[in-house]
Amino acid sequence: MAVKRAAKNGRRTVRQQLLYVRKNWQLYLFFLMPALVITIIFKYLPMGGILIAFKDYNVRLGILGSEWVGLTYFERFLSSPDFLSYLMNTLKLSLYGLLWGFPVPVILALLLNQIRRVGVKKKIQLLIYAPNFISVIVLCGMVRMFLSPVGPLNQLLGTDMNWMTMPEAFRTIYIASGIWQTAGWSSIMYTAALSNVSKELEEAATMDGANILQQIWYVQLPAIKNIVVIQFILSAGNIMSIGFEKAYALQTSMNLPSSEIISTYVYKMGLLAGDYGYSTAVGIFNSVINVILLLLVNAIVSKLNEGEGL
Amino acid sequence: MERRKIKLGVLDRSILTAGYVLLGLFVAAVVVPLIYVVVASFMDPNVLNNQGISFRIQDWTLDAYRRVMEDEMIWRGFRNSLFFSVTSTLLSVFITLLAAYPMSKKELVGRKFFNAIFVITMFFGGGLIPTFILMNQLRLVDTVWAVILPGSFHVWNMILARTYYQSISRELWEASQIDGANEIQYFFRILMSLCKPIIAVLALWGFVGMWNSYFDAMIYLNDANLQPLQLVLRSILIQNTPQSGMIADIQSTAEMAKMAELLKYSTIIVSSLPLLIMYPFFQKYFDKGIMVGSVKG
Repeated sequence: MAVKRAAKNGRRTVRQQLLYVRKNWQLYLFFLMPALVITIIFKYLPMGGILIAFKDYNVRLGILGSEWVGLTYFERFLSSPDFLSYLMNTLKLSLYGLLWGFPVPVILALLLNQIRRVGVKKKIQLLIYAPNFISVIVLCGMVRMFLSPVGPLNQLLGTDMNWMTMPEAFRTIYIASGIWQTAGWSSIMYTAALSNVSKELEEAATMDGANILQQIWYVQLPAIKNIVVIQFILSAGNIMSIGFEKAYALQTSMNLPSSEIISTYVYKMGLLAGDYGYSTAVGIFNSVINVILLLLVNAIVSKLNEGEGL
Repeated sequence: MERRKIKLGVLDRSILTAGYVLLGLFVAAVVVPLIYVVVASFMDPNVLNNQGISFRIQDWTLDAYRRVMEDEMIWRGFRNSLFFSVTSTLLSVFITLLAAYPMSKKELVGRKFFNAIFVITMFFGGGLIPTFILMNQLRLVDTVWAVILPGSFHVWNMILARTYYQSISRELWEASQIDGANEIQYFFRILMSLCKPIIAVLALWGFVGMWNSYFDAMIYLNDANLQPLQLVLRSILIQNTPQSGMIADIQSTAEMAKMAELLKYSTIIVSSLPLLIMYPFFQKYFDKGIMVGSVKG
C-alpha cells in the first residue's frame, strides 16, 4: 500500500534523493543557505527566548538559568484592569479598519476601470498611489499638523478643537488616514485583474443591452471575486497583528484610553519599563489569539472553497 | 469606442457621471493635503500662523528650506537612510531571489520541509523582547546590522519570486542543461535577465520599506550618528522638538515656535521627495510585478 502510494506520487527512494542532493548541491549550498541561516538566527533563535515569559529573567543568569515563575505573568495580565481595554482597542482598531478600509480599493478599481482613456487613467493612478510612498512618521506628522488647534482644519471650520487629545477621535483619525494613504495603492491588484477581463465578454454584455451596473455586477465583479476573497481573508487573519509604528506615532498622553493597543503596550512594558518576562507574556497572548483567528478564517475558507484552505 | 458612445443610455450616463464625481472627490482628497504641505513649506512663518497658506507670491520665502538644508542632523539622517536602504535592498533582494530558485523546482528534495521552515516564520515569532535579547547577545545593538540583517530575507517576497520563476518556460532550463550550464550559470545568465519586473518591484518595496520605517532603528540604535532620517523626523514632527540648530538665531520664543511649525512642512517635503520622484519610474513594472502577488504560490 505504502509502496503503491509512493509510486503514485512519483516519490523517490532514499538513494535517489541522496543522488539528487549530491548532484544538485549548488541548489542547497549556494541558493538556499543564506536564507536558511538568516531565518534560523533571526526567526528561530528568538522563539527559544519565549521561555522568559515563564521565568523571572535575570541578565546575569541568562534565559536558561533564570528562575521559573510559571504562569504568573499571564495571570497578572489577564487580571489587570487594563487587559480588556487593550484587547478591545486592538480588536476595534483593526476590525473597524478592515470594515471601512477594505471596500474602498475595490470601488476605486471599478471606477478606474470605467475610464477608457489610458493616459488619464495612468495619471490618476500615479496620483492616488503617491501617499503610499510617504512614511508613517511623515503621515502622522501631517495628521498632527492638520488637526492641531491652530491647524488648517480648525482654521477652515473656525473652531479650535484639539482632536489629537480626544480618545473618541483616535480610531477615526487612524482609519481615515490609513484609507488616505493605502486605498489607492491597494486598488492596483484589482485594477490589474479587471484589465484582464476579456473585451469580448464586455462587448457581448453591451450588445445584450446590459447597463453599466449590470456589467459591473455580472462581468467585472465575478472577474475579481477570487482576489477580493483572498485579500479579505488575509487581512481578517491579521487582525491581531496590527502594526506598532502608526499607533505609537499617533498616540498622545491624552488619547491613550483608545490608542493603547497590545503592541504599543508590549513595547512600553518591555523596552521602556524593562519588564521583560511580563511583556513577552503579553506578546505571546497576542500571537495565540492571532493564530486562533487564522485557523478559524482558514476553516471558513475551506468550507466556502470546497475543502481547499489557504 | 464610437459604438460605445452611441449605446450609452440616460441611466448609464448618470451612473458614469456619479462614478467620475466619486473618483474625482477621492483624487481631490488625496491631492489637496499634499498640495497644502508643499505650499505651506514656502510660506512666511507669520502668514502661515495667522491665516494659513496663501498663493500670493510675496508671502513666499525659501527661508525654511535654507534652514533645513543647513542642518547637519537632517543630512546625516539622509546619508544613514540612504546607506540602510541601499544595503538592505541589495542584500534582501539578492538573498530572496536566490532562495526562491530552488524553491521553484517541484522536484527539489526537501522542498516541503524548507517551505514549512520558511512559512512558519510568517505566523510565529519570538516577539519583541526575545529578539531584542538575542540582538544584544549577538552584539548587534548599536550597529547597522541590527537594522539590516533581520529583514534581509522575506518569505512573502520569496513566494512572489518563486511564482514568477514558475511562469517562465522550463524549456529554457532544459536547453541550458544541454549546453552544459550549471544551475548558478543558468540563474545569473538566463533566468535573471527575464525577471526584471519582479526584481524592480522587490527592490522598490525593499527600498521604500527601509526608507520609511523607524521601529527597528528606534529600538536598536541609540547612537545618534547611526540614526536614519525617520528618527530625526520623529523628533521634529511627533515629539515636537525641532533641531535646535535650525532656529538658534531667532530671538523671541514666539517667533521660534512659528518657525518650528514652518520647518515641519519643509522637512516633510525634503524627506519625502526622493521617493515621490522615484516611484513613477517604476510604474510600468507595478502591474506585472503585483499580479504575481495575487496568484497564490
